[in-house]
Amino acid sequence: MVQFLQQVISGVSIGCVYALIALGFVLIYKATETVNFAIGELMMIGAFLGFTFIVIWSLPLWLAAIIAISATALLAAMLERVFLRPMVGEPAFAILVVTIGLGFCLRAAALMVPEWSSETVRIFTPLSGSVVRLGPIVISADHAAVIVATALIVTGFFVFFKRTRMGLAMQAVSQSQLAATYMGVRTRSVSTLAWLLAGAITAVAGLLLAPIAFIHVNMGVLGLKAIPAAIIGGFSSLPGAIVGGILLGVCESLAGFYLPAGFSEVAAYILVLVVLTIRPEGLFGETIHKRV
Amino acid sequence: MTQPLLTLSNVETYYGRIMAVRGVSLAVPEGAIVTILGSNGAGKSTILKTISGVMRPRKGAITFADKPLAGVEAADIVGLGISHVPEGREIFPFMTVRENILMGAYLRADRTHIEQDIEDWLDRFPILRERAGLPAGLLSGGQQQMLAICRAMMSRPKLLLMDEPSLGLSPMLTRQIFEIIREINERFGTTILLVEQNAKLALSTAHLGYVLEVGRIVLEGPTTELMDNADVKEFYLGLSNEGVRGERRWKRKKMWH
Ligand SMILES: Nc1ncnc2c1ncn2[C@@H]1O[C@H](COP(=O)(O)OP(=O)(O)OP(=O)(O)O)[C@@H](O)[C@H]1O
Ligand SMILES: [Mg+2]
Repeated sequence: MVQFLQQVISGVSIGCVYALIALGFVLIYKATETVNFAIGELMMIGAFLGFTFIVIWSLPLWLAAIIAISATALLAAMLERVFLRPMVGEPAFAILVVTIGLGFCLRAAALMVPEWSSETVRIFTPLSGSVVRLGPIVISADHAAVIVATALIVTGFFVFFKRTRMGLAMQAVSQSQLAATYMGVRTRSVSTLAWLLAGAITAVAGLLLAPIAFIHVNMGVLGLKAIPAAIIGGFSSLPGAIVGGILLGVCESLAGFYLPAGFSEVAAYILVLVVLTIRPEGLFGETIHKRV
Repeated sequence: MTQPLLTLSNVETYYGRIMAVRGVSLAVPEGAIVTILGSNGAGKSTILKTISGVMRPRKGAITFADKPLAGVEAADIVGLGISHVPEGREIFPFMTVRENILMGAYLRADRTHIEQDIEDWLDRFPILRERAGLPAGLLSGGQQQMLAICRAMMSRPKLLLMDEPSLGLSPMLTRQIFEIIREINERFGTTILLVEQNAKLALSTAHLGYVLEVGRIVLEGPTTELMDNADVKEFYLGLSNEGVRGERRWKRKKMWH
């Protein structure tokens, strides 16, 4: 039982990372209807910027994190401005191909940095090595930090969307671009903002992942887990992305422990099939339809 | 009379190579209710979208309050005092009723007055107050239309563009909506440009009318005169166009960009 709970908790913490990536993915999808296949590479860039500032430059942890997160956010916003804005109005498939191409380019760029491409690395934090005890359950402090940080970020996002003018405008654009324009919202700025926020949030995911798993230039594929996570949650639901990500992490962790080797790799897709069979619109699928 | 609040002269608007508005000129005097009548596909919505800036005219000029609107971004038009109640309402279905109304004030800076205005509009529509905290997508069609009107009025516009407010509503609700339109015009002095297929109600509510056929204005004048016009009587007031309206309610989405 203790072992089971321990697996669940370590699953939740890796699931939190998936959840954050999925949140960035869904954010962009809702605001711009773009399926962003470069999201995993943004996470990789965030993680390696963090690695550079923390390990190579030996900056204080908090400062390094702030710079890495801001830089990734700006990079994402720039990608939107330069490569995606000209694609507005093009078929969704063409836009998707652009994001795949951007992902490849980011990975290629990372490979050109000698310190990044040579090795798989891990960021050690002051927490590394210590543990948190909950009764009989022992959790590594890094895992616990991931869960706490995710909870804080998700709360922050919730407040942003519910309480701020810009947050409401983003919601409005995702629900009726036309009406949002009639209200005076500049939908293009909202697209850039969505990419900026998604860049920041995936950088956080990368930074949180770095102490609990190895990071390497090809870790972007991990970011593709955001897609099954988003699908499980209903694809365009922010709470759904979070629940989907965490569920995915837990299933993988349990499958890795209790099932024969190989199951944890496909757990994501089995979970997608099961959820979609039971609830085709996903767990948090939006079911209110516009009335005419 | 003074300068009209809004004038269109020889406006032509295209969807790709399809010319939807074919050289339309019209004038909307300040304080008036002006209606544009026309059947399906006549180009009524396209005219309103061109005024709102979400579509660009290829030829012609639009002037609002003595300023040319050429080159003004769609998102800036509302700041000049033009508000749009779109065809099919386009409320934000997952936002609450109150948040929808608040969105109407997106460009306004006077925070304290905004709260007061929201309260005032909720007072005028008790049914909306009752559901203020619910997602707007749960409202009935008539309630959504009321919400779309409140939302549009939150920017305190000089000119209100209304695209087929009676769409899909029962005759009783339609009359109620037209009553609201008249009240808005009288109480706030808001100038209204109203696009309608329900010619009877539109002509009895508006002061001036234009009749649009395949992108061209074919008739114009005070509504009292139009009501006596033989063609209007036969084609717009005669056998009602209920049948036509019933058939066409598939929805076009976001095709303006
Ligand atoms: N997105 C579009 N792409 C191509 N053609 C369009 C598009 N929207 C409208 N049209 C065409 O432009 C013409 C005018 O359309 P518009 O929507 O302005 O008509 P309307 O008078 O508002 O009609 P309705 O009463 O049906 O709303 C029609 O012939 C229509 O087929
Ligand atoms: Mg129309």
